Amino acid sequence: MFPIDQYHRASSVEHACSLLAEYPGRKLIAGGTDVLIRLREGKSGFSSLIDIHDLDELTWINHTADGTLQIGSGVTFTQLINYLKNDSLLPALVEGSSSIGGPQVRNMATLGGNICNGATSADSAAPLLAFNARITLKSQSGTREVPVEDFYAGPGKVHLEPDEIVTTFSINQEDHQNTGSHFYKYAMRKAMDIATIGCAAVCRIEENRIQSLRLAYTVAAPVPTRCHVLEEQVNGQPVSGKLIRDIAAMVLEELSPRNSWRASKDFREHIIRTLADRVVTEAIIRAGGQL
Amino acid sequence: MSVGLSQERLDAKAKVTGRCRFTADLTLPGIRIAKYLHSTIAHGKVTSIDTSEALALPGVEGVFTFADIPKVPFATAGHAFNLDPAARDKEDRLLLTEHVRYHGDEIAVVVAVDGLTASKALKKIKVTYEEYPALLNHEQALDDTARELHDGSGNRVGEHSYQCGDVPAALASADAILKGQFQTQMVQHCHMENHVAWAYMDDTDHIVVMSSTQIPHICRRIVSQALDIPMSTVQVIKPAIGGGFGNKQDVVLEPMVAFLTKQLGGIPVMLELTREECLTSTRIRHPFRVNIECAVNNDGTLKALAMDVSSNTGGYASHGHSIAKAAGSKVVPLYPNAAISYQAITHYSNLPSAGAMRGYGSPQIVFAVESIMEEAARKLGMDSIDFRLKNVAQTGDTNPLTGKVIESAGIRECLHKGREQFLWDQKKQDHSRFNSACKTGNIRRGLGVACFSYGSGTYPASVEIAGARMILNQDGRVTVQIGATEIGQGSDTVIAQMAAEKLGIPVSAIRVVSTQDTDTTPFDPGSFASRQTYVVCQAVAEAGDLLRQRILEHASCMLEIAVDQLTVSEDAVIDTSDNVLLSLKDLALDAYYHKTRGQQLTAEVSRKVTTNAYSYGCTLVEVEIDIALCQLTILAIRNIHDSGKIINPDLAAGQVYGGVGMGISGALSEELLADPETGWIYNNNLLDYKIATMMDSPDISCDFVETHEPTAAFGNKSLGEPPLLSVAPAIRNAILDATGVAMNQLPMSPKALFTAFRAAELI
Repeated sequence: MFPIDQYHRASSVEHACSLLAEYPGRKLIAGGTDVLIRLREGKSGFSSLIDIHDLDELTWINHTADGTLQIGSGVTFTQLINYLKNDSLLPALVEGSSSIGGPQVRNMATLGGNICNGATSADSAAPLLAFNARITLKSQSGTREVPVEDFYAGPGKVHLEPDEIVTTFSINQEDHQNTGSHFYKYAMRKAMDIATIGCAAVCRIEENRIQSLRLAYTVAAPVPTRCHVLEEQVNGQPVSGKLIRDIAAMVLEELSPRNSWRASKDFREHIIRTLADRVVTEAIIRAGGQL
Repeated sequence: MSVGLSQERLDAKAKVTGRCRFTADLTLPGIRIAKYLHSTIAHGKVTSIDTSEALALPGVEGVFTFADIPKVPFATAGHAFNLDPAARDKEDRLLLTEHVRYHGDEIAVVVAVDGLTASKALKKIKVTYEEYPALLNHEQALDDTARELHDGSGNRVGEHSYQCGDVPAALASADAILKGQFQTQMVQHCHMENHVAWAYMDDTDHIVVMSSTQIPHICRRIVSQALDIPMSTVQVIKPAIGGGFGNKQDVVLEPMVAFLTKQLGGIPVMLELTREECLTSTRIRHPFRVNIECAVNNDGTLKALAMDVSSNTGGYASHGHSIAKAAGSKVVPLYPNAAISYQAITHYSNLPSAGAMRGYGSPQIVFAVESIMEEAARKLGMDSIDFRLKNVAQTGDTNPLTGKVIESAGIRECLHKGREQFLWDQKKQDHSRFNSACKTGNIRRGLGVACFSYGSGTYPASVEIAGARMILNQDGRVTVQIGATEIGQGSDTVIAQMAAEKLGIPVSAIRVVSTQDTDTTPFDPGSFASRQTYVVCQAVAEAGDLLRQRILEHASCMLEIAVDQLTVSEDAVIDTSDNVLLSLKDLALDAYYHKTRGQQLTAEVSRKVTTNAYSYGCTLVEVEIDIALCQLTILAIRNIHDSGKIINPDLAAGQVYGGVGMGISGALSEELLADPETGWIYNNNLLDYKIATMMDSPDISCDFVETHEPTAAFGNKSLGEPPLLSVAPAIRNAILDATGVAMNQLPMSPKALFTAFRAAELI
């Protein structure tokens, strides 16, 4: 039994927006893999729900005319993994999505929910950041688009207005085509776990030089974080063992992992450096680089 | 022939089709839901508690605190009653407490029309505490100035020591001495079905308790004690149960639900714990700190083992000191020719209460003993298996602790078989090449081995009594009722096989009543100590012989042929030339309905077992370690067991797979974590308490060495707990082999490997 006081089933995105406008502060529920846990814990603020689970408008994946990949926020991870695998797209996002929970959770949990939950440990966040993904939000007052990176506001917080709903994730063709990508979730066990550190890298190689590298981490700072300074310094450099060592040596400058009973700062820092080496190496190799 | 065959579990189809009914499935209409208010501190006193707002909430039917409960202290351990008052369990519990002894202690209980209302009411109870410093470890608890958790205890639950042979002399004269300190962690059983019990009254003075318990008859005694009511006014029923691993060898919820239904005029009341509550507020495994010394001679002879144990039982004694005592006694049958000394103290602390858990102290001791044995083998430059082969028991050795001859010991054969099947020698060579080829490499491989010995039942520490009743039904099939509880291990199935073997009928003609009901079930203390097959087989075998004899006597009467010319085979009575003379169905109808001859044919036997038998085994494991990532992968793991005659090979293998899996999880990831200052439990949920998933479990393999144990009806010995015992030290020894790093603390998690690899300057 869950302490649910109010429940509305939205029949469309427009209906969801009007319900949100009518009842500000209500929580959206899609797959329920985060919201139902909060309800079970008795956390306040989740007792009035607007259900957007399985809305047709939110559960499609397609390419627009200019090649932009669009993913509905209500797409489950199982659907996402199957689609991307089938078209050999975004390996890092496949790996990130596949590391979430277990099969039952992935059958229910949605991409939109994983990001809107605001957790720094969201397994889809590092790949989305590394692919420069953007979020489309709708409300009765209009539509806006922001990079996923800018959507994060702080620990457990995102820039989602009380009357807004996330509808779409978009990734430009040039941000993923002809790239090599990899994601690695470092956790205490191989399934059903929260990341100790997550790391995603997307790179493009030309003549064995880094044409572009985008590196993102989860749980390495209060929000999922890109290593922009490092990326700038690396672009144009020839691929070499020294380059990988340099990346591992400077990666911490833009990150600030927590010290907690779950894992010490020292341990997390070691894993961040080790993953910089492993994940970037793998992304380079997948991009056709020679090491 | 039924014994020795892989009979399908009797409950397999019922369980996979969802027809099997568990405690929470069997409730009555109108049942009320109770929920505990748990303390939010680890140590202190409740100075005020205001329940008025909770009571005023619509749907709340009762709120009870310390002030409302009977002041009769009781012990919760599921041991058979001991006639010697000095040997009884510590009676240190009340139904609720004002003296908070751990984070999660029960200070009040709410009864409401449903769970949500009960949860809301809990939030409306206002509690203030006077908080005391948390006493969490040996030094803090046993400090002279420490506050007593239980008056007059000095925070000591028990002390115990033994000495076999002259340990000081052996230590003084040996060629080499190894010393080590080993620390094990708090782990929890995590059985699938959480603790659940409910009760109602079916008369003015009769309480029925339905519970997921391993020990219905013991439970009945403890409920009657806690409520100070006659034992015969309490009836405990145990339906199908979703695992226990010892956590339900403790009386946890039953006295409370019995109390609540009594308070509320007999309406049914249920307590069903959440996983979070189960993790902190039922029982855990005792953390042990073991200081150990090992004396060896250069020829590989183990001269002496000296163990000094501190066992932490947490806020309440539960099984208390008997765990440290039992653990010590099970080392001797493995190395009976060495001088061995053991001393142990069990102390209280402000941690969750520790009780029985698969292995009953042995996993902790075996971790220390088999780790120091490995250090000794390495010091002597001996192969780890060779060193153990030189020192382990063999059939005919005398257990110096009991003075009794070990009637069957197959550990040498286990080690030989393991070495051969695991390709130990070949792997050892391969690893040596692999590791030296990449000396500074990040990936290392290693091999580890560890051995154990274990008992079959609790004798002579406790009485071992079992009962079996058999009835020939009207259709010629046989109903078997036993006091021993099926808790998922498959005991009903092997009991059916034993009964079938003795009766001469197929298992398919037997129905085992899986539910125990203290009003009707033959007496048996329950399921624990890997006792089921060993202890229960005597009663079942005798009852089977008796019923078969009665069947033949009735056949003799019907056929006018001498009994000794007849036997039972399949579904009929046959003669010495295998001619079918009479179907059991016709015989049964005659026995029931013939107007003058016969009667209902039954047999009932209650039997005490006054022997114990040691089972043996070993774990061999191959690991690969990614040093930079502090990650360990088990490439191969194999257990070889001597559990005597194997009654059901598939079920036996199932026990090994489960036990090894549990052992791996406890070795590598599980750890209930308490704040080192406050005793506050960080991770009472299955996200943060890292129990291994299927993805973390390697392929597990096993084999058996089938010795014959003459003290058991079918030559069989224990197997329920043993598969877990040697897993952690084998992995620890493999890590040592791979990296040179000795992990002397559990769990050997990535976090622990990081700290150790850093200290060893590997990273």
